[in-house]
Amino acid sequence: MASANQQLSSKHLLGIKDLSTEDIRLIFHTATNFKEVINRPIKKVPSLRDITIANLFFEDSTRTRVSFELAEKRLSADTINFSASSSSVKKGETLLDTVNNILSMKVDMVVMRHPAPGACQFLAQHIDANIINAGDGTHEHPTQALLDAFSMQEQLGDLEGKNVAIFGDILHSRVALSNIFCLQKLGAKVRVCGPPTLMPKFIHKLGVGVSYNVRETLQWCDVANILRIQLERQNIKYFPTLREYAQYFGINRQLLDSLDKKIVIMHPGPINRGVEITSDVADSEHSIILQQVENGVAVRMAVLFLLAAKG
Amino acid sequence: MDKQRIIIGSERFALTIDRLCHQLVEEFDDFSNTCIVGIQPRGVALSERIYRHLVEHLNIQHIDYGKLDITFYRDDFRRPGASMHASVTEMDFLVEKKNVILVDDVLYTGRTVQAALTALNHYGRPEKVELLTLVDRRFNRELPIRSTFTGIKVDAVDEAYVKVEWAHTNGEDRVILFSDKKEAQ
Repeated sequence: MASANQQLSSKHLLGIKDLSTEDIRLIFHTATNFKEVINRPIKKVPSLRDITIANLFFEDSTRTRVSFELAEKRLSADTINFSASSSSVKKGETLLDTVNNILSMKVDMVVMRHPAPGACQFLAQHIDANIINAGDGTHEHPTQALLDAFSMQEQLGDLEGKNVAIFGDILHSRVALSNIFCLQKLGAKVRVCGPPTLMPKFIHKLGVGVSYNVRETLQWCDVANILRIQLERQNIKYFPTLREYAQYFGINRQLLDSLDKKIVIMHPGPINRGVEITSDVADSEHSIILQQVENGVAVRMAVLFLLAAKG
Repeated sequence: MDKQRIIIGSERFALTIDRLCHQLVEEFDDFSNTCIVGIQPRGVALSERIYRHLVEHLNIQHIDYGKLDITFYRDDFRRPGASMHASVTEMDFLVEKKNVILVDDVLYTGRTVQAALTALNHYGRPEKVELLTLVDRRFNRELPIRSTFTGIKVDAVDEAYVKVEWAHTNGEDRVILFSDKKEAQ
């Protein structure tokens, strides 16, 4: 057993970049125990009964928001929900003012999604509550990376030396960046694959392999994490048509069947069926997309629990 | 007082386990409606031993046996010194209308047992809950909780520390009383 008083090294979760490998392993260890909790007849524990958590979503979200809210409720925390579309943000209030107003109602933790990269970092410098980044622009989405790596580990055991490929829109993806940091800290080898126009300019500086050949990359990897084409962030054309993208970079059954090995298929959602992944792959026995969603609650419970413990 | 003193040596340890098991059989007969639940992590070493002794030496055929982790139920959350390292919970049965024997190695303030009682509630409403402990530090209680089956009663000041060592981890079964908690680290 690891030492009894193990704690996270930080009181915020702003990005995977700031976490140590021990932090990640502690989160996974705790998440395993929470996974058992959420499969009990009574799925609730009283750990956070005196904690109030604000979920501030300045950007749309289904999975992450529901997952966080469920995790908070399973831990017995009180929650308040806020979305930018129905609030005073529309009247021109600044981020800091909005958050300070909410905090003056005695809130202990803030889960925030924001379209601006670094928004959570900014908050952490100015306010006292624990901040959890639920996605900041194209920067990081740490809980997604944690649940992805946790799900991979469930399938493959220790990730040391395993090959993980990330496909699709790397340029606009906070999931890709967090995944790269997280997987590298756990000793996995990472390769990114997508059209050259959707590859960040200095991607090689992160120590990842870059490929433009989907078939070759699928043959190399143990896990394929397929990302969504983020049309809402693409204000210029990065590829001619969705049909052409699907043809060259989409993953279909035929392609999977032509490999001489079985690989694990993941997708953080929401899926553009028929674009980056076809339905018969997304719903196949290779896919662990729904396990990812289940693990998301357990991993978020672990993160909330461990951060709340830091006070 | 010496810095440390062995209060139960290996021979007496074995006798104590045997006696506790006989007491259980006297009370619960064939364990048809009774289950044993060890509190993680240290109570499980004791419950494991009790369970094995009942099955192997006292010929009890079937006992529901579970391990309960109470990390998420503790009342010292966000206080200094609180352990945040959870262990596995293995409860593949419900305790509804059953007799439950809750097992922990040392009964001290009673707060662990209180958390365990809360956790246990999540697996149904037991008929009756009894507590079995190897060591009862009876003068250090902070809650109205007492042990039904006790290995040894120890009267010690708050600064003292009682450590239970096990043959499979420490080489020998014994209970040691340290005059100062720091000595035990």
